[in-house]
Amino acid sequence: MSAAARGNREGRWAWRLTGFVTLCVYIFLFAPIIATVVLSFNASMFGGFPMTGFSLQWYGKLLGNEQVLAAFRTSMWIALVTAVITTAVGVVTAYTLIRFEFRGKQMLNTLVILPALVPETILGVGLLVAIKAVDQPRTSLLLVLGHILLAVPYVVLIAQARMVGIRRVYEEAALSLGASRLASFREITLPLLVPAVVAGALLAFTISFDNTSASLFWRPAGVETMPTQILSMLKISISPEINALGTVMILVTVGIPLIGGLLLQGLTRLRRRGNPEEKT
Amino acid sequence: MTRGWTLYDPRLAWILVAPVLLLLIFFLLLPIAVMAVYTFFTFVTAGVETSALTLANWHEFLTDAYYHGFLIKTLRVGAVTALICGVLGYFPAYFIWATTFKHKWLLLLLLIVPFWISFTIRTFSWIHILGEQGLINVTLLKLGLIDQPMQMLYTEGAVIMGLLHFLLPYMILNVYVSLEGIDRTLIAAARSMGCTSAQAFREVTLPLSLPGLAAGLLLCFVLAAGSYVTPQLLGSGRDALFGNLIYDTIMGQLNWPMGATLSIVLFVVLGCFAALYTRYMGMSQIVKGLGG
Repeated sequence: MSAAARGNREGRWAWRLTGFVTLCVYIFLFAPIIATVVLSFNASMFGGFPMTGFSLQWYGKLLGNEQVLAAFRTSMWIALVTAVITTAVGVVTAYTLIRFEFRGKQMLNTLVILPALVPETILGVGLLVAIKAVDQPRTSLLLVLGHILLAVPYVVLIAQARMVGIRRVYEEAALSLGASRLASFREITLPLLVPAVVAGALLAFTISFDNTSASLFWRPAGVETMPTQILSMLKISISPEINALGTVMILVTVGIPLIGGLLLQGLTRLRRRGNPEEKT
Repeated sequence: MTRGWTLYDPRLAWILVAPVLLLLIFFLLLPIAVMAVYTFFTFVTAGVETSALTLANWHEFLTDAYYHGFLIKTLRVGAVTALICGVLGYFPAYFIWATTFKHKWLLLLLLIVPFWISFTIRTFSWIHILGEQGLINVTLLKLGLIDQPMQMLYTEGAVIMGLLHFLLPYMILNVYVSLEGIDRTLIAAARSMGCTSAQAFREVTLPLSLPGLAAGLLLCFVLAAGSYVTPQLLGSGRDALFGNLIYDTIMGQLNWPMGATLSIVLFVVLGCFAALYTRYMGMSQIVKGLGG
């Protein structure tokens, strides 16, 4: 009895310790980010603490910074194109990998994940050396294709996870009722895949928008993406402008998926009734 | 159905995967092959090399202690980061899994939010914590506990801190996915047979969550050892890692053959670790962690 009581007390302390470490880890994860957001409203000329007053001047300055705006536009475009193309080819690949049996499928399954496991520096150098070997210039197209390569594993994994839960009888029923291949995919499979499509597109967008190391190698001469622009600004000094820029970026990259997620939730709630969706 | 083809015809499968397959071949496999060939090219002067085959690059790498130092430091930093991640990451993963808190999804969402925030911003934000005008120094100075700022930024510790910040969510999610896979009745069974909660954890939960922990360790190690931005922003020149060395060799010295050699070295070394690991853990764990 007393042994059990001791065991329980031990368990309670262990649980408290777990909770405490968890809290510390969350603080660790968010303290620096919160500091950046707070400092972006600092009136001081310098980018650090202490706070000397509230000011929005750094946001104003940011809006007038032509270089930053250009980098922002570049990154937006690249990320949009990357997200659209990666989602399209990634979802089709995931569909094929789940539905079809063919030789080399296992190998392809592994190969598709590889870009996520090879360090970006190596991917970056590899493509750069290959481009140099065939004497081609670095172009925006190259940068986009590179970003697609980086994002493809994640989109395929997400779509595969969803595909597993979609039973093929639905598609085959449509086919037996006379629908074409394409129609059955468009009318049956794709709607069931919507959550994976949205999640994959958002992730691909973020991966591209956020990519730093590989972009440093691949970007065409004179072109800056948002992260490389921040890196080059940081080389000069930690100006308060960077804090403002960081805050704007956080709003964009956290806001878009959150809004996307909420929209999705609303959407699924709307069509929940009568949806033969399998829980995955 | 298409003329003469079966419903799930392999030919159709190849057509459907063609775009991704071509991309993987031309942007992943071929470049790595070309890079491997490049390691035997002769470096003439910055930006110029000839295709005369030579072993000079490999000779230089294998004999120069400068490179060995970089490699060892990189592996050490990677290993230390992965281990700390494992220890610190297990607690939150376990907490999220075991808690009866109704809004568990919120805790998980908070782990995913950092993935959405620009990596560069997450990294440089540490300057506001560790720097001379950072939160810690300014607070301690105000309190009069120190009379001049401590040097915390631009040290190896700061680099590891930045890497931890970037990698902890990966670790936590990996362990969490693995914990989620455990049949909870096993733990109830252990308890009913007289195990204390600590014993049940040691004998049942921990061993069953090891695959996730192991996958997390590998992922953290590989990502830390391949990092470039974190040492660049939070470390001094002395804290540069192998990724920085590769970048400087190619973009700074324009020594492409040597840069290719160093890239292949990093690729092979990390690949060996990953291969050893997957031999014992299986690929599926890592995949689960990435898709989680």
